[in-house]
Amino acid sequence: MAPYPEQAELSGREFWTLSFLGLLMFFGAWSVLALSGLMPSMFLPTPWAVAERAVELTFHPFAGYTIQVHLISSIGRFLLGFGLAAAIGVPLGLAMGWFRWLDAAVTPLLEAVRFVAPIAWVPFAALWFGTGIGGPTLIIFTGAFPPALINAYRGARFVEPRLIEAARTLGAGNWRIIVEVLLPASVPSIVAGLRISAGLGWQSLIGAELIVASSGIGYLMVKGQSSISTTTVMSGMIAIGAVGFAIDVLLRRLQRRIEAASGIGE
Amino acid sequence: MSNIIFRQVSRQFEHGGKLFPALAEFDLEVRDREFVAIVGPSGCGKTTCLRLAAGLDFPSGGSVSVGGVEVRGPGPERAVVFQQFALFPWKTVADNIEFGLKSKGLSAAERQARIARQLELMGLAGYETAFPHQLSGGMQQRVAIARAYVLDPMVLLMDEPFGALDAQTRTLMQEELVRLSRVNPRTVLFITHAVEEAVYLADRVVVMTRRPGRIREIIDVRSVREAEGWDRVERIEEVMDQESFVHLRTGIWKLLREQQT
Repeated sequence: MAPYPEQAELSGREFWTLSFLGLLMFFGAWSVLALSGLMPSMFLPTPWAVAERAVELTFHPFAGYTIQVHLISSIGRFLLGFGLAAAIGVPLGLAMGWFRWLDAAVTPLLEAVRFVAPIAWVPFAALWFGTGIGGPTLIIFTGAFPPALINAYRGARFVEPRLIEAARTLGAGNWRIIVEVLLPASVPSIVAGLRISAGLGWQSLIGAELIVASSGIGYLMVKGQSSISTTTVMSGMIAIGAVGFAIDVLLRRLQRRIEAASGIGE
Repeated sequence: MSNIIFRQVSRQFEHGGKLFPALAEFDLEVRDREFVAIVGPSGCGKTTCLRLAAGLDFPSGGSVSVGGVEVRGPGPERAVVFQQFALFPWKTVADNIEFGLKSKGLSAAERQARIARQLELMGLAGYETAFPHQLSGGMQQRVAIARAYVLDPMVLLMDEPFGALDAQTRTLMQEELVRLSRVNPRTVLFITHAVEEAVYLADRVVVMTRRPGRIREIIDVRSVREAEGWDRVERIEEVMDQESFVHLRTGIWKLLREQQT
């Protein structure tokens, strides 16, 4: 039993009813405010006007392309930046978890850079890598890299010492210990890290596209803003949310599958 | 020569700026193909002895050598069986057993042949593709022993290998180990706190004192065993019923009891 009534478990039905009510109130308040005329409809369109615009954007090109093409362009950039972050972050994290000297050499640098938010990299990224593919990729990378690295590192550091000792007494060298012991033992931690990494990468991507890009969902939103089309901007926001959610669901499923396959919790 | 020699070995651990001696003036030779068990109260440094021989820890003074070579780190010629099995949970039984073989530069065919032979010997045939968590504790420890034996190591180091097993499984495994060590005698250093286990398995039993661990006495079990013909008795409980066995066991118990006060 929960110690306070406020903390009591909700039944599934109660949960869904309350979730639905919450959403209903939000859209209700939005609709009422939009219809009341207190705010000009140019800035606060009704929910259905946004929905209509979102559908229209799927066949009516805006800022050069339809919304799907903008999305595909964004997802491509995202995959590139996120892929690079995972491909560098995970092996480096594992290696730092094994070699103390590498940990000592790299950690201060990472700590120094960590507080420079991805969005703060935008001007630099644009200067160095341009507004084509390089700049946005770097920005996504800066968002996605730290969790990929940190979780691999933590996973490697918290591997049961006796497994490492067993491997060493069986004659395994550094390479085999990293690949055959640290990596498989850290898989749950790594996948959890990649989930965070993907979320942050996707969020940084939009930030990047707001400034450097000539296509993509962020670019579509900037163009929508400059033509004072609030419905377009909001459509973009919905698309970002939906894709971000889809990425997380996919990775969560992958995480569950991996956890089941590696027999964790048994 | 597959022997283990501890020469004037000491080991201190530092904790909070203070030095705690775990092992002092430790002199012991485990001879070629001899089975030596170390018993002693908890914290007497018996596991430290094993870790020193394994190369997982290093002495503060003196030296440890195996096969005439000073121990400088872990290696597959000194196979270790841990109390908590330490199997790789993401590897199958066969892959766990193969892990050490891969460091030895054998061909894939030779590795497979050795694994098959070992599975047969340890009663693990048919479990090749099982994962450790699908096996009972006793079976898991069989895999761990197979993983050590398959390397054909110079010496076997066993750290309370049956400590985590239930009483029945433990008995079976002890009988098995006796059978195994008669078929294929090895140089074994065996750590345990169970006196009966030590007397049943070992050629010699080393009794240690409380911290810092020193050798209190070394008891020759083998001469008694051979004179009394224990090896002809198949079941462990019958061996343990023999007057000569009871006598040795009680003698060791008394030595250990002295340590309690």
